[in-house]
Amino acid sequence: MAIAVSILPSQQLAALNEAYRRAMSQRRLRFAVSAAVFVAVLAAAAIGAEVNLRTLYTYFGNFVSYFDRIFTLDDGHRVWTNLPEWFWGFKKWIKLLGETLLISYVGTMAGMLVAFCLNFLAAENTSPGPWVRFIVRRLLEFARTVPGIVFALIFVIAFGLGPVPGVLAIALHSSGALGKLFSEVVENADMKPVEGVRATGASWLSCMRFGVLPQVIGGFSSYTLLRFEINVREASVMGFVGAGGIGQELVVAVRKFYYSDVSAILLMIVATVFLIDIGTGWLRGRLFGAEART
Amino acid sequence: MNSVETPDIEQLRARHPHIFDRPVSARLATPAVLLLALAVFVFGVVDLDFSPSRMLSGLSQLGWIARLMLPPDPGSSLPIYLKALGETLSIAVLGTTLAACFAFPVSLLAARNVIPSAIFRFPVRRLFDTIRGVDTLIWALVWINVVGLGPFAGVLAIAVSDFGALGKLFSEAMEGADRKQVEGVRAAGGNALHEIRFGLLPQVLPVIAGQVLYFIESNTRSATIIGIVGAGGIGLQLAEQIRVLEWQKVSFLILMILVAVAAIDWISGKLRFAIIGRRAVA
Repeated sequence: MAIAVSILPSQQLAALNEAYRRAMSQRRLRFAVSAAVFVAVLAAAAIGAEVNLRTLYTYFGNFVSYFDRIFTLDDGHRVWTNLPEWFWGFKKWIKLLGETLLISYVGTMAGMLVAFCLNFLAAENTSPGPWVRFIVRRLLEFARTVPGIVFALIFVIAFGLGPVPGVLAIALHSSGALGKLFSEVVENADMKPVEGVRATGASWLSCMRFGVLPQVIGGFSSYTLLRFEINVREASVMGFVGAGGIGQELVVAVRKFYYSDVSAILLMIVATVFLIDIGTGWLRGRLFGAEART
Repeated sequence: MNSVETPDIEQLRARHPHIFDRPVSARLATPAVLLLALAVFVFGVVDLDFSPSRMLSGLSQLGWIARLMLPPDPGSSLPIYLKALGETLSIAVLGTTLAACFAFPVSLLAARNVIPSAIFRFPVRRLFDTIRGVDTLIWALVWINVVGLGPFAGVLAIAVSDFGALGKLFSEAMEGADRKQVEGVRAAGGNALHEIRFGLLPQVLPVIAGQVLYFIESNTRSATIIGIVGAGGIGLQLAEQIRVLEWQKVSFLILMILVAVAAIDWISGKLRFAIIGRRAVA
């Protein structure tokens, strides 16, 4: 069966072609303009960031050879030929890694508790009043926008060196991030159970406990696990400003050019982050089914 | 039929044994997990040296610092701070763009519908994961060793660490693309490159553009801190002012960062919606 393709009369076709051409050229123009603006922004940024391709070209060899150096022991052999020598500080480092994990755990838990207490006040559907909601939301926003390590810098001065400022910084930052996510979960909750509880004459607290909590507890724990994962990474650099954990060792090794130590510590950090990622991913999958990662 | 029936407990019990007679292990699981989590928490608090006296003195110190912070005042350094802020924004924009340019071709190799063979995909994905596992601050330290102190090291640090994150997101976006367009191009006699150019790219480009914008936004945040290790931008100023205890300048810098982040959020949100339309960004 042959199919005939109908061809429009030429003047109609010309009009359609013209319209198509105009539409296309308008699109192209808009694309060209936005591309030009983007390139201009990039050029301005390149000047602002003091990009120097000559430097990069001259020193790019350094980047490659840096990896060569950190994988070479003092005696000139490759690191993996002599594991005991490479990981000479294994006992100390594993203890510091443990401290890093503990910092992120305690920080996440504390942040979760604060976020848990505040999020019902910040969510649209459960907040007792618009003023409370506004204030709590701004507080959470502040805690979330200021990077954790900035809090750590300030806390180190107030609380002294060591893991305490690290924990507090992570807790503060996490409470901001989790508070927002938690309140979004609460906003998605079904309000009918709450009405049911309220109909029995229960207080606001009981409404939250028996109406909302059972619906949202799964989402809460899922986000908390995810946050723990992120915080492990963050805690690994808290030592850079003196706030405890493995970061201190790393920054000392980098600054003092203990090359093989750098690779050993980095490897241990990456392995730990991997294990935590896989572990929490598995746990989340088991507890809540396969959920989209945010 | 308005009378409320008294529920027959015995009958319910017989009908739903899994609710009334849960095994002890199931009933104890939740409290046990909670107790364990709490125990680790308490252990951590004790082990990490949270003594009440230390907390009290720290909090009073913090209150003192907060009082010194008011009112925020840049002193005479406002031009320097504005320049530093510009540097931070430059680092974020340039670093993210570089990362996107490098991540895009590599992410093709990690997408299941482009490279069906798992042998190629596996190492590429692990590469992304490894790069992502190392914090931006650590990459900044490495690059400072290579190109010296300054914002250029920051650009390279952001570029490398985002390479890992963007590569993963790009390849996921490609895997989410519709096969039909690609098949159409193949049916018309196109080769593999044509399939990617005309079948895949038009679908994933808006998604990718949205993600890149989102990363510029979140990198403004990361770029504010890489100065702490010496990689340029406003973080450098912040760390210095904290070290010399100029609290009024510190609070002014924090305010500046907050305002800048909010402004970038707003602008890139508008741009993102202009590019991809009003739909959720992954």
